[in-house]
Amino acid sequence: MLIDSPHWIIIIILLPILGSVVCFLWREHIVKLALATAVGTVTSVGVLSWQVITNGVQRYELGAWSAPLGIELYLDGLSLLMLLVTAIVGFAISIYASAYFKDDKTNIFWPLWLFLWSALNALFVSSDIFNLFVTLEIIGLSAVALVALSGGANAITAAMRYLLVSLLGSMLYLMGVALLYHSYGTVDMVLLSLRTEMTPTMWLIMGLMTTGLLLKTALFPLHFWLPPAHSSAPVPVSAVLSALVVKASFYILWRLWIVVFPLADHAQANLGFILGLLGSLAIVWGGFQALRQTRLKLLIAYSTVMQIGYLFLAFPLANVMGWKATLYFILAHAVAKTAMFMAAGNILIHRGHDRIADFYSMAQYLPLTISAFALSGISLMGLPPSGGFIAKWLLLEASIVSGQWWWGLVLIVGGLLTGAYVFKVLGYAFIQEDSSNEPYPIGISKRMEWMALGMALLAIVLGFIAPFILRIMDIGSPFAEVLS
Amino acid sequence: MNFDNWVPLLIVIIPLFVSVFIFTLAEDKTKTRSVLNIGASLFSLGLVGFILWGVSSGHHYETRFSFLPGLDFVLRADSLSMLFVTLSSALWMLTTVYAIGYLEGSPHRSRFFGFFSLCVAATLGVALAGNLITFLLFYELLTLATYPLIVHRGTIKVRRAGRIYLMYTLAGGAFLLLGTVLLYSITGTLEFVTGGFLSAFDSSNHSLLILVFVLLMIGLGVKAAIIPLHGWLPHSMVAPAPVSSLLHAVAVVKAGAFGIVRVVYDVFGIEFSVILGLTLPLAIIASITIIYASIRALFQDGLKARLAYSTVSQVSYIILGVAIAGPLAAVGGVVHLVHQGVTKITLFFCAGNFAETLGIHNISQMHGVGRRMPWTMTAFTIGALGMIGIPPLAGFISKWYLGLGALEAGQAWVLWVLAGSSLLNAAYFLPILYVAWFKKPRGDWPAEQKFGKYETSLLLLVPPLITALFVVLLGLFASLPFSALAWSEFIISKEFLL
Amino acid sequence: MTPAFLYALVGIVLFSIGLYGLILYKHLLRKILAINILGSGVFLVMVALADRIGDAVPDAVPHAMVITGIVVAVSATALALALMLRVNEETGQAVLPEDREA
Repeated sequence: MLIDSPHWIIIIILLPILGSVVCFLWREHIVKLALATAVGTVTSVGVLSWQVITNGVQRYELGAWSAPLGIELYLDGLSLLMLLVTAIVGFAISIYASAYFKDDKTNIFWPLWLFLWSALNALFVSSDIFNLFVTLEIIGLSAVALVALSGGANAITAAMRYLLVSLLGSMLYLMGVALLYHSYGTVDMVLLSLRTEMTPTMWLIMGLMTTGLLLKTALFPLHFWLPPAHSSAPVPVSAVLSALVVKASFYILWRLWIVVFPLADHAQANLGFILGLLGSLAIVWGGFQALRQTRLKLLIAYSTVMQIGYLFLAFPLANVMGWKATLYFILAHAVAKTAMFMAAGNILIHRGHDRIADFYSMAQYLPLTISAFALSGISLMGLPPSGGFIAKWLLLEASIVSGQWWWGLVLIVGGLLTGAYVFKVLGYAFIQEDSSNEPYPIGISKRMEWMALGMALLAIVLGFIAPFILRIMDIGSPFAEVLS
Repeated sequence: MNFDNWVPLLIVIIPLFVSVFIFTLAEDKTKTRSVLNIGASLFSLGLVGFILWGVSSGHHYETRFSFLPGLDFVLRADSLSMLFVTLSSALWMLTTVYAIGYLEGSPHRSRFFGFFSLCVAATLGVALAGNLITFLLFYELLTLATYPLIVHRGTIKVRRAGRIYLMYTLAGGAFLLLGTVLLYSITGTLEFVTGGFLSAFDSSNHSLLILVFVLLMIGLGVKAAIIPLHGWLPHSMVAPAPVSSLLHAVAVVKAGAFGIVRVVYDVFGIEFSVILGLTLPLAIIASITIIYASIRALFQDGLKARLAYSTVSQVSYIILGVAIAGPLAAVGGVVHLVHQGVTKITLFFCAGNFAETLGIHNISQMHGVGRRMPWTMTAFTIGALGMIGIPPLAGFISKWYLGLGALEAGQAWVLWVLAGSSLLNAAYFLPILYVAWFKKPRGDWPAEQKFGKYETSLLLLVPPLITALFVVLLGLFASLPFSALAWSEFIISKEFLL
Repeated sequence: MTPAFLYALVGIVLFSIGLYGLILYKHLLRKILAINILGSGVFLVMVALADRIGDAVPDAVPHAMVITGIVVAVSATALALALMLRVNEETGQAVLPEDREA
């Protein structure tokens, strides 16, 4: 049957690339072609999901060549959820962007974005560390180009900085790959997990790769490139960057940490503690910086810096519940952050600026958008009912169970800080000032408002389907020490 | 899942749907909105009646589905939850009618009524919650739903009040969450069980459980406005009067007090709470709140401010009743849930009438208002006397049982607290009555509106009259089998026999 | 000290020089060159370590990886140079804002 075909896993990579090329060549119908590609990609991911949920882990050898020379693809619960969130966010972004980009930027955006989508999909199904490098590079280059799309000094310099940082990170990672291959003769993650041992070289490898990936994930204090890049990019690009791209490098670090790095308990505890500490600092620093911002997009970018810190709180805990909580964070944050950036985009178009102090009466003019902002804020704060709350609950439980309850406290503080800056924005939006009765004639496309609200509602829905999602997480036991 | 499983969910979902629908209504569709509001609240009341009838014939109404690993989302109709649900539904109806009258001609009514219904949904969810996690969910939802109501008028002052409200309630929510997670990781369950599930739980780790109790009490105490967590309440007086009445009589403050009742009775169990030594500190804090808030009330000239501090004081009676750890006091505490709600809403309705009809906000402006608005002032008088505890009004019944219960439990010092607070109540209510009835007006009213041949709009007049009537009836007919008192006795009998 | 090992050592030295240059130099062209040197260092280490077992035929996998890496590096450099030119156009200098002199 068509649905059972093993080739769907390749289609999710090839289809967007094909779409990208076609969009580049046939400019007249670019939006229709791009949206068709988006629909096709989402459908393919849907089919893949069905396959994984009914049949379990999926494997695929490219061109029927097996490792070590051939590329193998691997799909377990973790990969599937990352693919799903990419598909959903990608689809929403595509629809939003079809209304957002009006001029010749359209012709540049769509090929680059589809290319990026393809690379993201490829990354989440890769099972060897070199393929991860290649896909990571493609993601980086596409992302940089997309950031530069807005033009203007801010965007261009932000893109330049992002590119340099990204390349440095990749090179550090690649050096680690080289040393790993030299020591153990393979780049396949499953084989590596069986062979690696704690030697001095291993420490060097871990250091190099972790640093490189932390740079790309923008964990404090290596986060300096993120706020300018995410805030000066066009809104759909900002959403993709915050929701998906920073998670891609995190995903790699995660797989390495669980599967490849042969961490003995005490080493795990010490290194984990450092990562947890950096995560905590990211939360506090990011939160305070967000509170200080006067412009909405910068506020949201610092919010991303802060939420990235949450992802690292589970590292010192070393239990499966902590990892599941982290994955849930990723899912909830991706959806909520997309909604928030979309809301910001609507506000920007409607009012012509994003100065928070001048948001008066916004609740009146853009009720759907402000609702989207509020609902996504609820998820980011970790208030029930939302996906963010589920993640927060699971992580709190994990931290208490492991005896390291202080990480839970950091989580609570983060939630309160988030509440502070979310309600700061909402507070201004509700003010009815009748100073200067300038009408705001620029209407917002209904498509854009509904996409923002839809994503925000999805973040809330994630709060109700936790058992289902958690069951998917178990497919293939991605959080066991060895990939099965 | 048969029909019985859907009923509790239905009660919560109806106002939720109403809320979403109202949000989409255009501002000028007043009739549609009013019909929808009143229709939904009537239907809800009917549903409540249906449940009460069903429970008495042996039906078991519970909605349950999996929410988190090891934890379910549970809505259950037991005797305590139905008490609160009935109170909330009845007062929802009256407040809706009142709000329609009060906000006549105001802007953004769709937004207001949308959040109003959301508030009601959250309160009903709090009432019906069958375990601590479901309770937490709706408790936080209540915070989020009430914020837009407080900042409805959209001025800078209002925004500040909203900010203070959020600071308190979000912080309180964090404490509640911490306590809940801690409890879950110790015991593996959060279900409300009559008599408390912890009493059956073999635990040697008392200090950890005491920590849980303290965390939960702080989280719940913010909404219940216990000293020193009450700071948000006076500031939130900037909200429109229907909001104040909702907040003070029905939703927010009651949710906090109700939560405390649930935690003490259905999580810890009253005997275990005594063993842990938690009841005496709770009683002391409640007593301090009662006295301190009454003293603060004495010095307020703003009518709503005085009523606000009165609420802080009165809600702590409920907590005191719970903390005294004797069945009679418990009955007094639980029945005061109902009595205080009905009485206080009367007072706030009347305060709103004075503000809306005559522009009166301060007591010093109330000279001679009894002559101008006799019906409203009568309702206010009944409410005030009920608060003081004059027989045969409802408030007297609660205080009587609290007093008896204190003696029964050997806590005679509570009698001093009760006596003192009643005196203070008299001290801050009686002057209002005197001034309103027996003094001549000082000149023109600040901002008078004419409402036709009655003293004020019927929509504003009838609700407080109805609630005042209930204040009388609840007290007069307390010994009847279906009164609030009998109901409370039924609840407490289940609790203490176990 | 086989030739392969020497190459690997040189690769590491290049890596360090590139890292130093990337962080310390202000002009964007120097930064881009530094990245290239850094990359070359990594590739050199990879190629050098391909000669592991002492067989006559060196391991082909690292060779494949290096070729891929070179392709990626070339594309990245092209993008970087184009961006640098735009930075120069938009701001008048080929440096990042934090490296500007006044």
